[in-house]
Amino acid sequence: MVPGPSAAELARQHAEGKTPPKKAVEQAFARAAEVDAGPNGLNAILWADREAALGAAAQVAELSRQGNQPGPLAGVPVVVKDNIATLTMPTTCGSRILEGYVSPFEATVVTRLRNAGAIVIGKTNMDEFAMGSSTENSAYGPTRNPLDPTRVPGGSSGGSAACVAAGIVRVALGSETGGSVRQPAAFCGIVGVKPTYGRVSRYGLVAFASSLDQVGVFGRSVEDAAIGLGVIAGRDRYDSTSADVEVDDYVATASETLKGVVIGRPREYFPDSLDARIRARCDAALDALRQLGATVRDVSLPHTDLAIPTYYIIAPAEASSNLARFDGVRYGARAKAAALREMYADTRSHGFGREVTRRILLGTYVLSAGYYDAYYKKAQEVRALIVNDFQNVFQGGVDVLFTPTAPTPAFPIGAKSDPYEMYLSDIFTATANLAGIPALSLPIGRVDGLPVGGQVMGRHFGEAALFRVAFALERALGEAAHR
Amino acid sequence: MSATVGAPALAKYEMVVGLEVHVQLRTRTKLFCNCSTQFGDPPNRNTCPVCLALPGSLPVLNESAVELATRAALALDASVQEESVFARKNYFYPDLPKGYQISQFDKPLALDGRLVIGEQHDGSPMRVRITRVHMEEDAGKSIHDRYPAASAIDLNRAGTPLIEIVSEPDIRSSAEAGSYLRLLKQLLEYVDVSDLNMEEGSLRVDANISIRERGATKLGTKTEVKNMNSFSGVERALDAEFARQVAIVESQGRVEQETLLWDADRGTVRPARSKEGSHDYRYFPDPDLPPLRLTKEWIAGIRDRLPELPDARRRRFATEHKLSPYDVDVLTASPHIAEYFEAVAHAHGDSKTAANWVMGDVLAVLKNTGVPIDRFSVRPADLATLLDMVRGGAVSNSAAKRIFALMVQTGDRPEQIAEREGLAQVGDEAQVAAWVDEAIADKPAEWQRYLAGEKKLLGVFVGAVMKRSGGRADPRKVNQLLSTRASG
Repeated sequence: MVPGPSAAELARQHAEGKTPPKKAVEQAFARAAEVDAGPNGLNAILWADREAALGAAAQVAELSRQGNQPGPLAGVPVVVKDNIATLTMPTTCGSRILEGYVSPFEATVVTRLRNAGAIVIGKTNMDEFAMGSSTENSAYGPTRNPLDPTRVPGGSSGGSAACVAAGIVRVALGSETGGSVRQPAAFCGIVGVKPTYGRVSRYGLVAFASSLDQVGVFGRSVEDAAIGLGVIAGRDRYDSTSADVEVDDYVATASETLKGVVIGRPREYFPDSLDARIRARCDAALDALRQLGATVRDVSLPHTDLAIPTYYIIAPAEASSNLARFDGVRYGARAKAAALREMYADTRSHGFGREVTRRILLGTYVLSAGYYDAYYKKAQEVRALIVNDFQNVFQGGVDVLFTPTAPTPAFPIGAKSDPYEMYLSDIFTATANLAGIPALSLPIGRVDGLPVGGQVMGRHFGEAALFRVAFALERALGEAAHR
Repeated sequence: MSATVGAPALAKYEMVVGLEVHVQLRTRTKLFCNCSTQFGDPPNRNTCPVCLALPGSLPVLNESAVELATRAALALDASVQEESVFARKNYFYPDLPKGYQISQFDKPLALDGRLVIGEQHDGSPMRVRITRVHMEEDAGKSIHDRYPAASAIDLNRAGTPLIEIVSEPDIRSSAEAGSYLRLLKQLLEYVDVSDLNMEEGSLRVDANISIRERGATKLGTKTEVKNMNSFSGVERALDAEFARQVAIVESQGRVEQETLLWDADRGTVRPARSKEGSHDYRYFPDPDLPPLRLTKEWIAGIRDRLPELPDARRRRFATEHKLSPYDVDVLTASPHIAEYFEAVAHAHGDSKTAANWVMGDVLAVLKNTGVPIDRFSVRPADLATLLDMVRGGAVSNSAAKRIFALMVQTGDRPEQIAEREGLAQVGDEAQVAAWVDEAIADKPAEWQRYLAGEKKLLGVFVGAVMKRSGGRADPRKVNQLLSTRASG
């Protein structure tokens, strides 16, 4: 899998008239036909519209011909997760209940991608409604890991991660509620960034858990991800939770050294039970960071072990409400039934898969009268403690934290039948969603040929610091990141 | 469900009532999207991804709705909170697109208000405490009688801004409930936040009612009565539900906590079909909307811009215009009538005359034509001019009534009409003298009797002069000339 030219390079080639957008789009489709389609393909792309993509490519070319300044992603093919609303392809969230649903409006992030010259060529597979960590919970079949087709690509944004890892595109959008970009980035050996809550508009992102959801970006390289995030970040008046905070130039953070940077190593993310080979990769990365001039400091985030239980109360609670709109009344699948209650029950029983049903039930339960205080309210209190943990270390002078992204490399398809075991796959990532802080995963080496991701977490709206560290570490590790 | 209990049994108990009033705020657009709030448009025209709850859509709060809600809360003397929180009320119903209603729950916009609804026996004000005022969005409408085997959904109303005004259970009779509602409506009309039209659903009332023996302090089990579409309907429904509960208790039964629907045609209540799902609404803070934060300064600014409220205006009208309590009540019933009256009174200078005209002629025309006073064809300044003309003797009182009627029809100014219709009073000495002399010449015998002391005959001559002049002769001039002739 030879990665094609970087997003920046592709945009430059286009600006210089070397690679017309049409050619880049055709190459992406050719690569997809080669690796993604067919019974043994990756099954990463659910919906694609070749005609629309070529039309968009022609438009980008036409705009440059007219002398318009090409955008930072001019002529760059991208894919977006199937829970992000697009006009030309269905938006199904990997669910039966939205089979064939085409949104009449477009997500703000897609508009921004298109305004930057990117060409959206497909919608990618995902765990249904982003509930899962392996992309096995899709109504349209699992996605395979491009590095080992017997294994999962991670999830829930596994389709987007696989597309980048397989060389179909350099940049892709995913979404995170609890690690759903970083964990698949780690499993597929690419870069994935989950921005600060409020950094990117959620308008057009189909809600799973609104207080945790955030659109994230995959890149083949740190630079690809930095360009992608720069394009989609910023306040949007259609999302009241998006923040009016200036967007830094993430690419400009690339630097030779990390002198003066203090990196925290939270001991809770390196438990005795951690796979020794993953620990070794992390230690090697930390050594590289030291050599770049950074100071590494041991720190503690004492409430880390409460993250998963907290997450699995708050996220399902919000999901149970967010998914109520899929009732068969206005759009999507509707079961035939004689009475209203029956129609609701049949539509939702047939439309939702097992994991989605499980979480709706769980969420409904924890919000119920008599249980709200014991579960939902308590979980919010614990969430505040987790936020506090991070605040304390950052106020103590730590610039970023470095941890493993996931406790294991990509596991075989079908290996995790116990939901709780699956949930533990997000043990190191869910904390950043609960705290609303930005976090990034980048490849730091391999174990048995499978990629291992290192996670960098930072302060609210401190994406620039994450990219600075990631750029330096990527360069320092070089080929070792993929060995 | 019909109940018959005798008057002695009814007298043993009192009703304890709290009212929940939903008021549609008069905004141009919905609470969380830019769709129009226009009433009566074709079904589902005023909808968008947000109020249709399409996947991925998000609410954005309409600031003018917050302003109107705040104005209403301050008028009710409630304390507007610097932080309030929108919460989701979850239940399934086809006209509720998101499967939840965005409302406010444990942190409402405003707390602790009050409304004075009359006087106690000792003259102290009778207050109904307002528990809370909160903002929420309306649901759409389900239409069950349009198609034979299907229900239809119209989502034009979905997302329209409402406030809910919840009272404490301080109301003890249907008459008090009626006073509360009428005064609440008057107050909201003064602060101009809503169309307040019960038929179009922009004002809706639900009642919580329980009974207890007079003198008891413990509250009984309450029922909720809905579906009243007039204030008198509320009063009748409360009396009916009171009697029903008394009958149950008197026959050793227990009142069930339930929701009842008022049937105005039958004059009875019946149990509502239970809503889909349970009554557990699973409220939780809406994560799509940050807490609503209002600064003290902003709230104070809204308070400063509140118009004069009914109570203050009543007091001022009594002292400033020296009007009777009855006149004050009539003239302050609506802010527009009050403003109309004051404009006439200020321009004309005599409040009592202005009050008589507004309460008599003006209100009669408005009542007969159904035209609201803010679109009345007679401008206050023109009515004041007409009253000036009467006072100055330019037109007679009876001519003024005719001129007024023509002003209503044409919207023309009174001077123009008086001129055009020849209704201007004639005070010209020579002309009136000529009429007087003609009248005397016409009835010489009567004139002699008058001169001989039969004073009541004066009226005959005045009448004769008025007749000759076609009603235009200035009565004062006529009297003056007649007495000059008599003494001359």
